[in-house]
Amino acid sequence: MTRNISICAVMCFVFAAHASAQTTRDFISIVGSSTVYPFATVVAETFGKTTRFKTPKVESTGTGGGFKLFCGGIGVKYPDIIDSSRAIKPSEIDACAANGVLEMIEVKIGYDGIAIGGSKKAPQLALSRKDLFLALAKHIPDPAGGANLIANPYRTWKAVNSDLPEVAIEVLGPPPTSGTRDAFVELAMEGGCDQFDWIAAMKKTDEQRYKSVCHTIREDGAYIEAGENDNLIVQKLETNPSALGIFGFSFLDQNTDKVQGAAVDGVAPTFETIADGNYPISRPLFLYVKKAHIGMIPGIAEFLNEFSSEKAWGEDGYLSDKGLIPMPEEERIYFAENIRQLRTNLLSSKD
Amino acid sequence: MNKPSGGKRVTADRVNAGLARRRAAEKRFRSVGLLSLLVGLAFLCILFFSIVSKGYTAFQQTFIQLDIHFDEQFFGTETEHALEALLSADYGGLIRKSLRAQFPDISNRQQLRQLYDLVSSGAVYQLRDRILADPGLANQRLKIWVPASDDADMLIKGHIKREVPETARRLSDAQIAWLDALEAEGRVSLKFNTAFFTNGDSREPELAGIRGALMGSILTLSVTLVLSFPIGVATAVYLEEFAVKNKWSDLIEVNINNLAAVPSIVFGLLGLAVFINIMNFPRSVPLVGGLVLTLMTLPTIIIASRAALRSVPPSIREAALGVGASKMQTVFFHVLPLALPGMLTGTIIGMAQALGETAPLLMIGMVAFIVDIPTGIFEPATVLPVQIFLWADSPERAFIERTSAAIMVLLGFLIAMNALAVMLRKKLERRW
Repeated sequence: MTRNISICAVMCFVFAAHASAQTTRDFISIVGSSTVYPFATVVAETFGKTTRFKTPKVESTGTGGGFKLFCGGIGVKYPDIIDSSRAIKPSEIDACAANGVLEMIEVKIGYDGIAIGGSKKAPQLALSRKDLFLALAKHIPDPAGGANLIANPYRTWKAVNSDLPEVAIEVLGPPPTSGTRDAFVELAMEGGCDQFDWIAAMKKTDEQRYKSVCHTIREDGAYIEAGENDNLIVQKLETNPSALGIFGFSFLDQNTDKVQGAAVDGVAPTFETIADGNYPISRPLFLYVKKAHIGMIPGIAEFLNEFSSEKAWGEDGYLSDKGLIPMPEEERIYFAENIRQLRTNLLSSKD
Repeated sequence: MNKPSGGKRVTADRVNAGLARRRAAEKRFRSVGLLSLLVGLAFLCILFFSIVSKGYTAFQQTFIQLDIHFDEQFFGTETEHALEALLSADYGGLIRKSLRAQFPDISNRQQLRQLYDLVSSGAVYQLRDRILADPGLANQRLKIWVPASDDADMLIKGHIKREVPETARRLSDAQIAWLDALEAEGRVSLKFNTAFFTNGDSREPELAGIRGALMGSILTLSVTLVLSFPIGVATAVYLEEFAVKNKWSDLIEVNINNLAAVPSIVFGLLGLAVFINIMNFPRSVPLVGGLVLTLMTLPTIIIASRAALRSVPPSIREAALGVGASKMQTVFFHVLPLALPGMLTGTIIGMAQALGETAPLLMIGMVAFIVDIPTGIFEPATVLPVQIFLWADSPERAFIERTSAAIMVLLGFLIAMNALAVMLRKKLERRW
């Protein structure tokens, strides 16, 4: 037994010596959003199969967690690329800069739509963002008029908008930790919120309050947090036809025999309406690449070329088969040029 | 005279009077016990049924037979084919050509695209590997079975229904008609899905395999076993047989028991801080995974090992000491062999827990898309439960059956581990 222990101790030292001697890495390390994960992985796989480089490693850490790792510093221990379901925040730029990550290349890769869908067995709904806000916000403006808020009294869609059917409000959606939830709140709820002038005016005067009014989802059971797994939401809609669900467009695309998307502001979620920007609840997806790592880790430039090739992110590219909505041609050209020249200005950064 | 006999009768009467009640109570207890057992079994059956019924189809995959002509012009005319030319040749073109020859009357570009979509994008690499393995195939005509795309596979397996309207399914009417035509010619067939056991992860369900995750699990658990078993057993032996009992040993004992109940994510955070940030180990490797899981399983192994040591009767120790064995000889030659079966059980329980763990691995980067199959503990890897999680989260419908199939593989792995433990225990067990 003592011999075992000493063997073990020796092995530990060997491990430690070996591992700390690892100062190079021969594969690209990507971290970030679970929304971009399906797209980043498919490019990584193709890249690994068609080039002499190793297949990049893609971790699904979530956008926020990904930026923490990405901004950790420069060197082989830190990821080279982050895939993000939103633009980088100023606070993250500062955190990156504090650790020496000063230059990064921003690449918008396409768009993702968020569908509000229901079972095929139920009639297709036509909602507006205002309806969504009134149905799902914790506090809503007093219907009697005036600039005060009341707790959300609505129980059925008909009460929200008399054109809608007499069906109880029951929406299955992602929890607050999810990027899809952030995007839904920002695009759909805020969009509905802004239609009340006095709340929209608050954006300038009292942003904190504006956000708490527009971004807080009701907690009385009408909105059901169904976990991060969109497949689960689709399955639940099948068994509960009167409910609606909030999920990524690729899940709608893959399950057209089971679920249908509700039209929002008169536009149904389809590939075309998201691509031309008419469907209101869609968001851009990004990659951020550490400039200092290009040349240090083999294959980054080639990987970016694969990502920005027409056969990947083009109109008929393999990414569109996976549900990524391609950018218009000018944008594709602009960001491909960004990659070629390794431009490091961050255009999309916003609060 | 009457009194004692009367008294006896009273006792017997009392016993008799209560007998029915006591029997009923026992019967009730038994039936409740049986009922709870049945409920447990029923849930187990439902679980197995739902997994197996969803997953068994994943062990088969639809293949389409194509006539491929590796024509000479295609690879260049020189007799010695340079490796580079073979690597970069347009194999997709060969497949498209073969499909066009199969359906000569399709000319519309949109329709051709739909036709090409019936064949998996992985078929290209299959052809490439085939010709790389045997360059002599150039200029030959071959019938080759290539995997169908996931949508075609789902239709053949009945997971995409033909009855639903065209707009509501992933395959168009034309695509179904072409598949039917191919099938009528005997060119479509379900075959055993070897790719599932030989490939690493893939974003194309028909190419995705469990091998990478299985290897990752084996490597990670090997590190865990190599570290946690000796350390755990040594700790238990020292604490139980050698250490003096005082408030320090009590403190250690309380801490070990507490550690056994700490949520596993905490060990992941610890691993991130210590192994990756301080010791500079690379992320996502089985070594770090194994180290983190070692921390997690150690308390379980120590507690089980101490219980096993305690169950060895003191007479064994006394006899050994009595014939002049030293304390260490007593422990190593007499106590430890008797306690080993119990220690093994504890270790297997700990390892089974480690096998199913995902939360701590998230922190150290093992929740990742990794295509290349790991061969050592310094290569990025993922493990079985993480693979299940990642597939369950994928939009493609064909991943549903693969998720269940992966669960079956995980369960198989677990059963194999437990069987090994039972076997070892049977072999080592000694009666006294």
